[in-house]
Amino acid sequence: MAIETGGIGLGQGPLMESPSLAHRLHLDLPLIFALLILSGYGLLVLFSAIDQDPGRLEAQLLRLGLAFGVMIAVAQVPPRIWWRLAVPLYVAGVLMLVAVLAVGEIGKGAQRWLDLGLLRFQPSELLKLAVPLMLAWFLALRPLPPGGWRTLGAGVLTALPAVLIARQPDLGTALLVGSAGALVLFLAGLSWRIVGLLIAMAAALAPLLWSQMLDYQKNRVLTLFDPESDPLGTGYHIIQSKIAIGSGGLYGKGWGQGTQSHLEFLPERTTDFIFAVLGEEMGFFGILGLLGIYLFIILRGLYIASRVRDSFGRLLAGGLTLVFFVYLFVNTGMVAGLLPVVGVPLPLVSHGGTAMVTIMAGFGLIMSVYTHKGPSGR
Amino acid sequence: MFRRRALVAGLVVILLLLLVVVQVARLQIKNHQHFTTLSLDNRVRLEPLAPTRGLIYDVNGILLAANEPSFTLTITPSKVRDMAGLIEVFSGLIRIDEADIKRFERLRRQGSPYQAVPLRLHLTEEEIARVALEGHRFPSVDIRADLLRTYPLGTHTAHVLGYVGRIDEEELKRIDVANYRGTDFIGKNGLEKFYEEVLHGRAGHRQVEVNAKGRVMRTLQSQQPVPGRDLRLHLDIRLQQDAAAALGGRRGAVVALDPRTGGVLALVSNPGFDPNPFVEGIGTREYAALRDDIDAPLFDRALRGQYPPGSTIKPFVALAGLEAGVITASKAKYCGGAYQLPNHSHRFRDWRRGGHGRVDLEKAIVESCDVYFYDLAHHLGIERMHDFLTEFHFGRGTGIDLAGERGGLLPSRDWKRRVRNQAWFPGETLIVGIGQGAFLATPLQLAAATAALANGGRYIEPRVAMAIDDGLGPPLPISAPARDLGLDPGHLEDMIQAMIQVVESPRGTARRIRTSAYRIAGKTGTAQVFTVGQKETYNEKQVAERKRDHALFVAFAPVDKPRIALAVLVENGGHGGAVAAPIGRAVMDSYLLGKRPSADLGTNGEAGEEDGD
Repeated sequence: MAIETGGIGLGQGPLMESPSLAHRLHLDLPLIFALLILSGYGLLVLFSAIDQDPGRLEAQLLRLGLAFGVMIAVAQVPPRIWWRLAVPLYVAGVLMLVAVLAVGEIGKGAQRWLDLGLLRFQPSELLKLAVPLMLAWFLALRPLPPGGWRTLGAGVLTALPAVLIARQPDLGTALLVGSAGALVLFLAGLSWRIVGLLIAMAAALAPLLWSQMLDYQKNRVLTLFDPESDPLGTGYHIIQSKIAIGSGGLYGKGWGQGTQSHLEFLPERTTDFIFAVLGEEMGFFGILGLLGIYLFIILRGLYIASRVRDSFGRLLAGGLTLVFFVYLFVNTGMVAGLLPVVGVPLPLVSHGGTAMVTIMAGFGLIMSVYTHKGPSGR
Repeated sequence: MFRRRALVAGLVVILLLLLVVVQVARLQIKNHQHFTTLSLDNRVRLEPLAPTRGLIYDVNGILLAANEPSFTLTITPSKVRDMAGLIEVFSGLIRIDEADIKRFERLRRQGSPYQAVPLRLHLTEEEIARVALEGHRFPSVDIRADLLRTYPLGTHTAHVLGYVGRIDEEELKRIDVANYRGTDFIGKNGLEKFYEEVLHGRAGHRQVEVNAKGRVMRTLQSQQPVPGRDLRLHLDIRLQQDAAAALGGRRGAVVALDPRTGGVLALVSNPGFDPNPFVEGIGTREYAALRDDIDAPLFDRALRGQYPPGSTIKPFVALAGLEAGVITASKAKYCGGAYQLPNHSHRFRDWRRGGHGRVDLEKAIVESCDVYFYDLAHHLGIERMHDFLTEFHFGRGTGIDLAGERGGLLPSRDWKRRVRNQAWFPGETLIVGIGQGAFLATPLQLAAATAALANGGRYIEPRVAMAIDDGLGPPLPISAPARDLGLDPGHLEDMIQAMIQVVESPRGTARRIRTSAYRIAGKTGTAQVFTVGQKETYNEKQVAERKRDHALFVAFAPVDKPRIALAVLVENGGHGGAVAAPIGRAVMDSYLLGKRPSADLGTNGEAGEEDGD
C-alpha cells in the first residue's frame, strides 16, 4: 500500500472560525462532489470493461472507499504536522528506493516492490507525495522566488528519486515524480529564463536520453510515430486503441457494446487503456464529459492553492493538483496516440488501488492545507 | 506571483486538454468511417461452409463412394512465429513423422499464410484429447473435422469412379475459386472428375464474430451450402466383382453394357489399385511403386487401353460390305490360305495355313477367315470402310461419361497423310480389314459397337451414371444420346446369325462357351502384337510372354432379347476363343443367371490350331 506514513491520527486542527460544516470537517465540498462524480463515472466505464463482473466491481468499490477514507483522514492532519513530516518521509522514501534497487540487482529485471514480510510496498508511490512535500518545505523555508542555489538544490532533490525510479525501470512513475518536483518549482516562481533554459536543455538532451533508454522504451516511442511498423508488437496497443476510440464516433457503440473492448482486441482495457473503452462505448461526448469533470477538479485545485495564504500550503496544493493533471494528460495522450506508451493509469477510473490511494491522499493534503486555519509552517 | 503562476498553469492545462480533445475528435469524427471499417475487419470474419460431396451408389443402392468423418490437426502459418518450435512441441504429443512434415511444408508453400494447413491427418480419439489439452496455448493450432472421401470397395471401383484428391495449382486456375473456398478436394479422374459439378454442390458461407484470439463468438449471418447431389449408377458392383474374378490374375479389361440403355454394367481393368490413399496424397514411394509396376495397375485398360481389335472387327467390316453391296451373305469366295493383290508379290496369310476352302459370309465369320476379309476390304476400299466404322465410333471415342477416354485409331488415307506424311498403300487396306495394322480400339469402343448390333443398329453412347439424386425431388435420369445407324435389318440379321454360329457351330471359334441356358452371339479375336516376317513361321511358345497375342471377345446375349453386350480383352492372353470367350461367358452367366464365376477359366493360351482366331 502506498500510504505507510505511520500514525495518521484523527488529530483535530485548531479551528479559529468555522464558515461551514464542511470546513469544520476539513473538507472541500465542490472538490469532493467532483471526485465522487468522477469515481461514479469511472465505475460505470470499468463495470463494462470488466465484463460486468460483480466481484471485481465490488473490489474496486472497496478500494475507492478506502481511498476516500484515506483522503478524509489525511485532510484531518493539520499542515504543520505535514510540514514536520516532509523531511523524514522524503529521506525514508529515497532510502527505500535504494534498497529496492539493491534487491533488484540481486534479482532480475524490473524491481519495484519492497517485500516487507507481511506486505509488499512500492516505495515509488510514496515518493509521488513525498517529493512535492519536500520541495514545498524546502522552497518555503525562505521567501520566494528561489534564488540560484535554492533552485539547484530543489533540482537535485527532485532528480535524485526520479533517477532512482527510472533505473527500476519505471518510466511512468519517474515521470510523475520528476514532474511533481518541477511543477512545485515552477509554481514557486522559477525564473522564466530558467524555465526556457530547461526546455532548451531537454530538447538538447533528448538524444542522450534516447541512448540511455532501453530497447522496449525506444520501441514505444518509435511506434508512436509509425504504429503500423510493428503491428503485432508494440504498435498493436496503439493501433487497437485508436481503432477503439475512432470506431466509437460521436455517440459511441453503447455501454457494454464495444467490440474492440469485449472481443479482447484492446489490450489492458481495465487498466491503462480504459480511456479507449470509454471512447468506444460512449463516444466523443462521453469523452468530453469525462474531461470536463477532470478540468473542474484541476481548476478547483488551482483555485484552492491560490486561496491558501502560506507558501508551503500553496506550493503543495498547486503541485499536487498539477501532478493529477500530468496523470490525466500522459494517460489520455498515450491512449489517443499522442504520446508514447507509458504505464500511467487514468486517475480514479483505471482498475487497481495503489495509484488511486496515492491520488486521494494527495487530495487529502490539498484539503488539509485549505481548511486548517493559521500558518501551516512554523 | 503565485497566482500568476497558477493562472499560467491553468491555461496550459486547458491548452493541453484541448490538444487531447482535438486528437480524439480526429479519431472519432474525422476518421470515424476508417476506424469503423478497421473495427469490423477485426471482429468479422467470413468463413466458407463447404458442401458435402454427393455419394455414389451402384444400381442396387450399394454405396461405392462415401464420406467418412476424419480429424485433422491444422496450423495457420500467419499466426506462428517459430514454426519449427511449434512442430517440435506437437511431436511430443502425437506422432508426427517425416512424411507429415514434408506434406505440410509442400501445402504451406502452395497456400495463403492465413489458411490453415493440415499437419497430421486421421487423429485418433486419444490424440484429439491430448491436443485439446495443450492446444489452447497455441492459437494457430486447430483440430478440424472433415468428411473424407472413401471408397469402400477400393480396387473394384478405382478405374470407374476415379478418386478425389487435393486441388492442385492447375485446377485452381480452372475452378470457380469462390465455390471451392473451404473445399480441399476435387475429382481427379473417372466419374469423380466427370461429374465434379454435380457431386460438389455449392459452397455456403457464414459471417462470424471473432475475438482477438480468433475464437468464434457468434454467427452474424449465414448462407447454408447446397450439398452435392448423389449419383445412382448403371454399374452393378456384383457383376463388376464377378468380371474381375473372371479375369483372375490376367492383365486385361471387361466392359459390359446394357444394349437397351447404353448403361455400363461393369467396367473392369485388371490389375486395379486402391484409390483410398490417393485422396489425401499418396506417399512418393508408394506412388512410384504403382507407377513403375510393369503391369501398370494405374492404367485404365477398359477406357484408355488401345489395342488392335483383330477379328472382333470382322462383323462390322462385313456389315460395311453388305451395306455397300460389295458382298452378299450367300456369295462365296475361295480361301487358299493366302491372298495376293494384283501385281503385288506380298502374300497376305490366313491364320490357317491350309486355308478355309469355299467361304461364304457365315463361314467367314464363324471360322474367322482372313482371306475372305482381305478380298472384302480390297473391294470396299479404305474410305468406305473408314466412314462406316466411324459410325460405330471407332477412331473417335464413345462419348462415355468418364474423364480421360481414348478414341483409338481408325486409319485412313487422310490420317496417314496428315500424321505420317505418307501415301496410303493398298496392302494397308487389307490389314485394316482384319483389325490389325495401325487400327486401334479400346475395349469400351468394342463393347459399345457390339451393343449397337444387339440393339438393331442403334448406337447409344455408354453411360455409367443412371440418375442424379438431390434428395428433394425424384431422381433426374441421365440421358444417353442414341443414333439409329440406318442399317438394313436383313443385313443385321445375317450378321447376328453368323455370330450365333461362332458360338453354336462345331467349327465356331467360340464353340467351347456354348450353353443351353441362353443363346449367345459373339466374335473372337486374336490381335497380333508381334509382327511375323514373310518367311517365318509363327511359334507361340517361342514368343516371350509380353509379345504374345492379345485375346479378345465381343458378344451379346440373350440373342432374341439382348440384355448384355460385352467386350473382353486379355493382354498377351493368346487366342480369343480359348481365353477371352470363357471370361465373357462367366460374366454373362453372372448377369443373366446369377452364377458366380468358378476359380479357373480358359486355358490361358494353350490352344490347338483349331481354336483359331
